[in-house]
Order: sequence, then structure tokens, then C-alpha cells
Amino acid sequence: MNVMPFPRPRRLGKVNVPIVTLAHGGGGKAMKDLIDDVFVEAFDNAALAPLEDQARFDLASIAEFGDRLAFTTDSFVVDPLIFPGGDIGKLAVCGTVNDLAVGGARPLYLSCAVIIEEGVTLDLLRQIARSMAEAAKDAGVQIVTGDTKVVHKGACDKLFITTTGIGAIREGVTLGAHLARPGDTVLVNGLLGDHGAAILCARGDMALETPIESDCAALHGLIDALLAAAPNTRALRDATRGGLATVLNEIAAASETAIEIDETRTPIREEVKGFCEILGLDPLYLANEGKIAAVVPAEEAESALAAMQAHPLGVGSSIIGTVNEGEAGRVTMKTVFGGRRIVDMLVGEQLPRIC
Amino acid sequence: MKYIDEYRDRDKAAVLVKEIEALVADTPLAKERPINIMEVCGGHTHSIFRYGIEGMLPKEVELVHGPGCPVCVLPMGRVDDCVAIAERPDVIFTTFGDAMRVPGSKKSLMQAKADGADIRMVYSPMDALEIARKNPDREVVFFGLGFETTMPSTALTVLQAEREGITNFSVFCNHITIVPTLKAILESPDLNLDAFIGPGHVSMVIGTAPYEFIANFYKKPMVVSGFEPLDVLQSVWMVLKQIKEGRADIENQYARVVPDEGNKAALEAVEKVYELRDFFEWRGLGSIDHSGVKLREAYAHFDAERKFALPNLQVADPAACQCGAVLKGVIKPWRCPLFGTACTPETPLGALMVSSEGSCSAYYQYGGVKAQAGAA
Repeated sequence: MNVMPFPRPRRLGKVNVPIVTLAHGGGGKAMKDLIDDVFVEAFDNAALAPLEDQARFDLASIAEFGDRLAFTTDSFVVDPLIFPGGDIGKLAVCGTVNDLAVGGARPLYLSCAVIIEEGVTLDLLRQIARSMAEAAKDAGVQIVTGDTKVVHKGACDKLFITTTGIGAIREGVTLGAHLARPGDTVLVNGLLGDHGAAILCARGDMALETPIESDCAALHGLIDALLAAAPNTRALRDATRGGLATVLNEIAAASETAIEIDETRTPIREEVKGFCEILGLDPLYLANEGKIAAVVPAEEAESALAAMQAHPLGVGSSIIGTVNEGEAGRVTMKTVFGGRRIVDMLVGEQLPRIC
Repeated sequence: MKYIDEYRDRDKAAVLVKEIEALVADTPLAKERPINIMEVCGGHTHSIFRYGIEGMLPKEVELVHGPGCPVCVLPMGRVDDCVAIAERPDVIFTTFGDAMRVPGSKKSLMQAKADGADIRMVYSPMDALEIARKNPDREVVFFGLGFETTMPSTALTVLQAEREGITNFSVFCNHITIVPTLKAILESPDLNLDAFIGPGHVSMVIGTAPYEFIANFYKKPMVVSGFEPLDVLQSVWMVLKQIKEGRADIENQYARVVPDEGNKAALEAVEKVYELRDFFEWRGLGSIDHSGVKLREAYAHFDAERKFALPNLQVADPAACQCGAVLKGVIKPWRCPLFGTACTPETPLGALMVSSEGSCSAYYQYGGVKAQAGAA
């Protein structure tokens, strides 16, 4: 990428104590050492290295990928920091990459702001930073600027990360929830609810052991394949917090249509189903970190499905429903039992039922 | 999922629906007015909405969603007491998840938590006891809630705490008992019910004998039912068959789980730890004699009500709330003037809007597709 060159190489600072203290947030040498040791070391790119107050890049380096800018931000506060299938660092990269990608953008640059609770170990921080670097490399994006704050014990829960992302939207691609039309087809790229179930299990307070792993993944490659096969795709949403149910409600509301999905075609892992049975949760509302809902015109549905299934992150893709005329904003599901139920927005948090 | 999918088979469901339609066509009562069947238990209400069962039944069959959601019938005054306990700095307050959102007169436990109270969600009272073991310098209070389903686990936890000599654990006991409640419903002058679908989990503990009076004295059929959609559908069929044949019996559809005599070990624990209260206040239904239990004197040191000074105030239900009429099957949820306007799942006024098992909330969230279409 065409990034302004850093004038001369500089020796990176090193932290020689095992834990982060408030001194590392003080703005002095300790902080510089922390940034060097943990972040510059891991992210290792020419735009970050000079540590100016901003990253700088040629507009042309963005414009070669599209004709509009996509810009998004997201904060990550997941507990636990490390969970089966990923960690907060991978999540912070993939989450923002996906927020760009579902707009039809090629993700290019990320920022990374961290808030660290004093007492966190350097080893943990280095591990998370390396994980971010690896996820960024896999996704073909660069982490080019950042910020580090250290707060008193109890002022945050170990580590919070905010990433902001810039991408370029390809010419001719216009995606939006409001563009769904009656007759369109709704698809997902695989098993739903894995991330939410994995996190709930990893917290350990239900004494349930499951092999469920987070589906955390960067989806822009899959979305590229989908858009190539179904160029008139109307809308894409990544089904993160609130799960599939929530994004379908957002699409139905924005497009003033009704959406009906078929429970038998909605892919959910047996383990996730069992997990939800025990706890009285609904998998449609569990978070995903590597799943999208796609709305495509009916005539492009089969080619969209084939393209998604051909991609490693879309092997389990399925056509799950249709967009219809009818009560605007209403999402319904044909149940496995042959009945029909309304799938509404979740009011607050999903709370386990008592009996 | 094995042993579950079998009870969600849509082909079997279609056959049952046909049989139900045939029964209804052959029942004279169904030609005069709809047959009203109350499912007592919130778990059934949940299944009915989750699988869209209402919409599969002929219009002559109406399901009335009863009082069996323990979260929903909790009066505001008791929630205020919870908040008062939870806000003590020395207390860790533990509760089942869906009790977090029940509104008190000033705030819910969720709001109290946001205000700084140490409130933790648990999945079993044994989890609460574990927290007590790990925090010997704090007072750990478990919010005991529910019918006979959850009563034994609270009792066994108290007995375990007694054995271990744990002194920083107590129970805020709000357990309630089903039979006096059914009696109160059956005695209500505006009763509009033809039959009951009986609670499966409660019956697993108490057995089926305690319901005999419903058939013998009130001449209403009851079928104790499982919670999978085929269970519920089959129970509806069994109830309708009784009505058609002019019988009123207590039948057990859920024999794979419910022994007619109940669970002896659970009943012993319950008997040992609790005694009946003279009366207990229910949201929507008012005070019902002998409908709640408290810890016996011998376990007074585990009783949060005796351990802490509580405001213990009665707070009247909001005047416009029709929860009582909905609970008794007199009106459908959407006939309440507050339904979906002042009273929504975000800002529940009435008890039935609180838990996803509450009939108002269930209508609001999952929607009685048939019901709302006919309600305009």
C-alpha cells in the first residue's frame, strides 16, 4: 500500500515489568515503551511506526478500491478476553472489518484504542496484540493508529478495545436494509448462535462444558464472492449482538416489508440447540461474529447460495426465507412444528427462564 | 436433538390437528361458544407461542394462559423487599435471571444492580450457596421463587447449608403453591374455563392426586402435560375428548416424567423445610389463603425475612391493570386498555408483561397470530 515512508528506523522500547501500572498511562517513557513493546512490535507497519498523532496515507491508496469512503467504529468489552475460537483482539479486528464489508466496502485501515485496567499482565496484552496483528494480516488490513489509556483497578474490566475502520466502497455497489423488496430471498452463511453460546459457556457460571467455538471471522472475502455472483444484492447485515432475529427485524423495518423464515432451513448446531434448551434461551437472538444475513433478488438466490457455499466461511450457507408484502416490519417464522410465530426484537438482554 | 425432536414432529402434529378438528366438530358445546382451556404453567405458554400452536387449533378452541409464571405473579411489595435486601452493602443478592426485570414500586433488581447493588444471576440455589462459601465475610441471599418445581431445590440447599454449618447464607422465600391458586381461580365468580392443562414440572414433584378435587368437586377435566409441542397438542386432544364424552377426570399425558404419586424425596425435603403461610399476596389475583410457604422455625436462621428488617409494604397493582381478569381467562391480553400502549415489555406495568412466560408479554413478543387478527 502506498503509505508515506517513515524517515529512519528507530529502536523500539521494551517493558521489563510483568504487569501494567498507572505509570504506563502517564504519557512518559513508560507509556512509550508499552506502546512500542506491545503494539508497534505486533502491528509493524510503516504508517504506524512514526507514532505521529495521526496516520497519513495518500487518498489514491483508498480511491483505487472504490469511489466512496466507508467509515465505522465499534467497541469490544467481551468477557472473558480469551474464549474458544478467538479473543478480544481477533474480535476487535473482525468486527470492524465486517462492519465495513457488509456495506460493500473493501476494508483498508483500522485504528486501535485500548483502555487497560492496571494490573493486567504484559503477557496477556502482547498475546492480544499479536492476535489483532494476525487477524489484520489475514484480513488484509493495516492497524495504522491507536491510543492507550491505563485506568485504576475497577474502572474498567481488564481490557476494552475500540477499533475504527476505513474502507472503500466498490463502484456500482449499493447495499442498504431499506432496499429489500417483496419477493427477495434471505440467506445466511452458516450455523447461527455459536459465538453467543461459546461466550456464555466460557464465562463458566453455568458449569456446562461444550465444544462450541466462536465463529469469529472476517467476512469480506465471502462477501466479495457473494457480490460477484449476485450483483443486485439488496442488503447485508452481520448478525452480531441480538442475533439473526434482530437484523431481520432491522431489515424488515427499514424496507417496510415482512420477512418470513423457515425454522427447518435455519442452520443451528445441535450443541447450540441443546445449550439453549437447558438455559431457556432462543438461538435466534444469540450473537454471531462471523455470520451475515443477505437479502438478494429471487433470480440471483441460487447463484448467491452456490458462491457462498463455495467459500470456506460459507459452507453451511442456506436459503432461510423470503421478503414479503404484509405488515411492515413484521418478522415471522414457520416453526419446525408446522405453526407460525412472530420473531420480534429483543426488549433488553435475553434472560434465562426460570422453568 | 435426540429425545426432543421426536416431540416436535410436524407430521404427527398434522395428524393430531386433524383429530382435534374432528373432535370439535363432534362436540355440541363447540357450536355454542369457544371451548376455553387454561394452561396453568408458564412453560406451556412459552411452548404454545414458541411453536405457534394457537394458530394450528380450530377457532372453537381458545387457550387461556394461566397464572403459572412465578415471576409474573410476584407482587411489587416483594420486589421492593428484594431491592431493600440487595442494596445492603454487606449483601450479595442472588436470583434467577428472569426475576431481574420485574418492576418494583421504585425499581427492578436490574435497576438496583445498575445503581451499584451486588446482584448476581444464578441457575440454581446451589450456585448461591457456593458464592456464600467463597465469600464468608458477606451475607449471601438467594431469592427463592417458583412453584413446587423449584421449591425442593431451595429446600435441599437450605438442608445442605445446615449440614455444613454455613451461617452467611439465607433465602428470601417467595415460593408459592399451585393447588390453593387453582382453587381461587375455580372459585372466582367470573370463571370462564372449561378445562385445564395441568403443570408438568410441578406435578413431577407433587404427583396428580392433589388435583382430584378439580374433577370431583368442580367437574372440570385436567390433563397434566409435558412441554414439547406434541405434548401440548396431545393434551388439548385429551381434554377435548373428555369434554366430548362428558367426563371430568385428572389424566396424565406426561407419564414419562410425572409419577402419579409424585417425587417422595422432593416432597420430604419440602415438608421438612417449609410450612404454609396463612396467606400470600399475588400480583393480579390479590391475597390467596395458604398459597405461599415460608421456612419453618427450625430453619429461621436461613430466613432472610427474619434476618433483615424489611419494608414489607403492600403496594397496590396499578389501577388500570387487568392482570387478574387476564389470569382468570375473563379477558384476552389485548383487551386490556394498557396492552401495548402504557404497558410493554420495555416498561411493564402489569405482571403479565414482565417475563417471556407471562401471557401479555408472550402475546406482545410472539404474537397470537390468529388472536390478533380476530381482535381488531
